[in-house]
Amino acid sequence: MDTILHPDTNLTKLLAMVLAVLLFVGVMALVLFLTNLPKRMPSWGVAIMFLTPTIILLCFGLLYPTVMTVRSSFYGRDGTNAVGFANYVTIFTQPQFLQVLLNTILWTILVPLFSTGIGLVYAVLVDRTRFEKLEKALLFLPMAISMVSASIVWKFVYDQKVGLLSALYTGVARLFGQHVVAPQWLMSAPINTFLLIFVMIWLHAGYSMTILSAAIKAIPEDLVEASRLDGLNGRQQFFYLTIPMIRPAILVVTTTVAMGGLKAFDVVRTMTAGNYGTSVIANEFYTQSFQYQNAGLGASLAVVMFIVVIPLIVFNVHQMRKSQEVR
Amino acid sequence: MSRKLTRQEKALIRTKNKLSSPWASAISIVIALVWTVPTLGLLVTSFRDDRMAISRSGWWETLLPSNWHQFGLGNYESVLGGNYNLGAYFVNSFVITIPGVLIPITLALLAAYAFAWVDFRGRHVLFIAVFSMQVVPIQVTMIPLLTQYVNWGLNSTFWVLWLSHTIFGLPQAIFLLHNFMQDIPRELVEAAKVDGAGHVKIFLKVVLPLMVPAIASFAIFQFLWVWNDLLVALAFAGNTPATAPLTSRLSDMVGSRGSAWYLLAPGAFIAMIVPVAVFLFLQRYFVRGMLAGAVKG
Repeated sequence: MDTILHPDTNLTKLLAMVLAVLLFVGVMALVLFLTNLPKRMPSWGVAIMFLTPTIILLCFGLLYPTVMTVRSSFYGRDGTNAVGFANYVTIFTQPQFLQVLLNTILWTILVPLFSTGIGLVYAVLVDRTRFEKLEKALLFLPMAISMVSASIVWKFVYDQKVGLLSALYTGVARLFGQHVVAPQWLMSAPINTFLLIFVMIWLHAGYSMTILSAAIKAIPEDLVEASRLDGLNGRQQFFYLTIPMIRPAILVVTTTVAMGGLKAFDVVRTMTAGNYGTSVIANEFYTQSFQYQNAGLGASLAVVMFIVVIPLIVFNVHQMRKSQEVR
Repeated sequence: MSRKLTRQEKALIRTKNKLSSPWASAISIVIALVWTVPTLGLLVTSFRDDRMAISRSGWWETLLPSNWHQFGLGNYESVLGGNYNLGAYFVNSFVITIPGVLIPITLALLAAYAFAWVDFRGRHVLFIAVFSMQVVPIQVTMIPLLTQYVNWGLNSTFWVLWLSHTIFGLPQAIFLLHNFMQDIPRELVEAAKVDGAGHVKIFLKVVLPLMVPAIASFAIFQFLWVWNDLLVALAFAGNTPATAPLTSRLSDMVGSRGSAWYLLAPGAFIAMIVPVAVFLFLQRYFVRGMLAGAVKG
């Protein structure tokens, strides 16, 4: 029993995994078997059998914790003394947390703005070129790697001694006859926040590019041709035809990426751990809850995140509905 | 004007575009470089065996043939065994990911089927409730979940990681699979019903085979998501070689061994190999899944 719970060799770990999968397959087979057993299973019976596992999991793992977290956001450090809105007052008044909020706003605006912008420009530029597939794959590949790996990639670029950024910086300075030492990029506020944001843009541009490229390809050929016959040049075509035609896709991409920016955790955690004035809500939640053991404050940070994300999702759903009606 | 352009006309437009915009090519080349060179640099570094040189000179200097003697596999050997033991974390990532993909997809298929093809009271209300669970940021759920796991004595085991990834993946999985499932022609399902097939039979014999591409595309999604996750791992895995995945270990190494590039570079690539391979082989499905998620709905 203990080995199943705490396997410690590669072999027992894999065995535990196989066991878990078999157990799950067994339960699922039983569910299907029981559903199929009665001669005439009523619809609600099928629904109960198919939906119960999911509903239980979601209630246990999402619904109940959310309620508990909202509750503990009104409690103090260890969750025993009610403090009213004190945690929220702390978040919205103390300079340290105002910095966190400001950074989060920067992330939520700059990440979607630039990754959509770059993705769009790139999608238009490589559209119908000879190496389109390859060129797209280059931009898209960061999507596959973890934010942790991406952070390491860019931490290396930002390295003061052997980083590419430092080399460019001192190189350019030398062109102007200046001999300078590159700054400690990640420790220099406020530029460090922008350097971290760029990593997130780097990660998300491929996503934007893919969606927008598909939207561009869906623009009817004859419209493009007509615009060309009307004498629109490349730039005019981009602003008067392409952009208006793919507006819904742009909106969807922007909101999706904005949610990514809001939830930015891995990048900040791995690159600066939120030090030197770079923290964001998602990271501060982790620091407060798990490192400073301040459950109340951590909970309120999570709730603030929750409240910010709701309008983004509602907007997104609204847009999807609209594009679905068109279809 | 509904005829398609001939190949020559297309080629003409293409060349015209190209000639008219040297700036366009320049911009696209700059973007492509910024998106690839940083990773390339780290890759080159991961093969540089001379540790002193790594911290003194830029990686681009090793591209000169006179520096090629620096290259070797020593760094990979260091991180895979010994103190760093990334091999064990690599296995953990696997053990976490496979059930973390299989279980939510199976549950979501059943749920999506019920929402799409079973008539029961309150179907729409329930679907909207499940759908809106996507709003909940993982952070909101972490502390209460951790409390539960500790009470059960299950924290820092694979079991709670599988459970958590299943829970967090479910709403989106149901949503996406439901979208695909609705597109199955009604006649097919009706015909099966007329033939006397029950829901289980329709699910297994009619719907499931048609869902294979959709399942593949969501599986890649969920795979990348679980494999690349850091937050769930940090909160629930416990930072030990017994359960923690690669991401957790790497993030730790960045913190404690600041600029030990000879360790971080190969570490990052070991963590990248699997998702990049999955991505390259199954790109087509991945893109399809992404488009379904973003544009359909």
